Amino acid sequence: MLAAAKLAPPAAHLWRTMLLLTAVVAIMSLIALWAGTQTITLAQLRTDELSRTLFFRLRLPRVVMAALIGSSLAIVGAALQALFRNPLADPSTLGVSGGGAVGAATAIALGWAERISGIPLIFVAAFCGAIAAVLVVHKIARTGPVMLPGALLLAGVVVNLIASAAVLTIQYMTDSTRALQILRWLIGSLDVVGFDTILRMLVFLIPCWIGLLLFSRDLHLLAMGEETAEALGVNVARCELVIHLLSSLLVGVTVAVGGAIAFVGLIVPHAVRLLFGQDLRIVLPGSLLLGAAFLIACDALARVVLSPIELPVGAVTGLLGGPVFLWLLYRRQRYSAL
Amino acid sequence: MGGPVTPIAAARNVEFGYATSTPVIRGVSLEVNPGKLCALIGANGCGKSTLVRLFAGLLAPVKGEIVFQGTPLGSLPRREAARQIAYVPQNTAMAFPFTVLEVVLTGRSPYTPRFRFEDERDRERAMEALATVDAAHLAMRPVTELSGGERQMVAVARALAQDPQFLLMDEPSAGLDLKHRAGLARTLAALRDRRGLTSLVVTHDLHLIDPLFDYVFALRRGELLAQGKPAEVLTDASLSDIYDDQHVRTRRVEGRTLIWSN
Repeated sequence: MLAAAKLAPPAAHLWRTMLLLTAVVAIMSLIALWAGTQTITLAQLRTDELSRTLFFRLRLPRVVMAALIGSSLAIVGAALQALFRNPLADPSTLGVSGGGAVGAATAIALGWAERISGIPLIFVAAFCGAIAAVLVVHKIARTGPVMLPGALLLAGVVVNLIASAAVLTIQYMTDSTRALQILRWLIGSLDVVGFDTILRMLVFLIPCWIGLLLFSRDLHLLAMGEETAEALGVNVARCELVIHLLSSLLVGVTVAVGGAIAFVGLIVPHAVRLLFGQDLRIVLPGSLLLGAAFLIACDALARVVLSPIELPVGAVTGLLGGPVFLWLLYRRQRYSAL
Repeated sequence: MGGPVTPIAAARNVEFGYATSTPVIRGVSLEVNPGKLCALIGANGCGKSTLVRLFAGLLAPVKGEIVFQGTPLGSLPRREAARQIAYVPQNTAMAFPFTVLEVVLTGRSPYTPRFRFEDERDRERAMEALATVDAAHLAMRPVTELSGGERQMVAVARALAQDPQFLLMDEPSAGLDLKHRAGLARTLAALRDRRGLTSLVVTHDLHLIDPLFDYVFALRRGELLAQGKPAEVLTDASLSDIYDDQHVRTRRVEGRTLIWSN
């Protein structure tokens, strides 16, 4: 009884965590805004037109974009891990990003530049690809109320392989300008996007973030087991449907803009769990914030390590995340439970 | 059972199948009386787990209905049902290293508003539930590091934290050693005696049923084959039928029934 009494109230823990992570995002943003081949000082910002353009037209939107994509991928990772009860789940390992990429590549190849009532068709296409992938891996991994962890990840790997083959095929079938366009987008870079793309993304991202956060409690219970959650009053079927839709939308939109950036949704939720505990009601909002900070940092790194050459941010997250995945897999094999 | 006792839960002509062609439960009717510790026995694949899931509301009958305290279970709101009925699944393995206290606290979620964390009182209830199953010392341990027996106790504690009227357990003793199997049965009997908790427990531990349990239901191939007090159901003749095994023998010794198969 004493042990329980000593714990901080979880609500206070949540607010402290949010405050701390917000500070981390702010600090990362400041560092990233100043990092780059060209050093920009405050004085230059006031006087120099070129510096101002560089800062407001290139760096600022880029940092914002990194934050949006990082947040989205991280919160989706946290949600999918709970939904599938698998710590190795992530949009990239489950093939969701791959599915989204096929959709986006199709849209680029067919030159679908138009929008339907303001919604870019490429978002719609990427969303369709992403949700198809989610449904396939879910269907394969499920036997009754149990998710087979091995089947889930294998299905994800194969969906990814099919997806990259499909994207390659699309590239070969389309003309060279569009093939090049696909290639540049595929590598996963946060190159010049401009604020109107950001606004258009936010229309989708913010409601999806809020939606996922509204399901934190259900996901917390689902992470303990499907039957347990159901017996505790969670409408599991509805919860699954909502998480599938919101995750696919988030992944679709981010993939359509930034390409498939791997492993963000794997590394970030794990870091949040290590630092702040397992409670999904803290892990989800925590991942949202730390995801932003993480991808901002990765992008800054991508810009400076080989300066003046710029690495695609997907290469940085892949090189960091791959080993983390292997380490988790190594550790997981030692859980007798699975 | 007789008498004017109103059952806490009842199955009325319940039929269920996972696929339409193969019914798993075929027209089962039974009544569970309040304050009784009931065992559900039968051979592998006879539909025990399915029947318990139907009572827990995890599955809905294809025909017939499950009634809980006079109300069809299907018309009871989920969270309302979760305050009355607790279910301990067969598989209690976890993918994430939640602390034991976090796991048990989820038992309080049917009482907690969606956007609130459990409060101090809920923590006390959770710790009480852990103490009831002698697992209070595990509270801060990651659940992934526990033995199967400890994990099972934690799952029971979570169910008790729900403060249920009716406790359902699916083969709780699978993977437990002798001491823990008997200990679990004694805990359930003690909960019945102290707070009148009604339980329906799927079990293969026939030797623990008499004298700890009050009543036994026996299923065979999805049908209710026998029911009654342990001494009535646990006989050579009816057990041979229930398990389709002519080698089953029983003997009553010192007020308990011993059972083996030659």
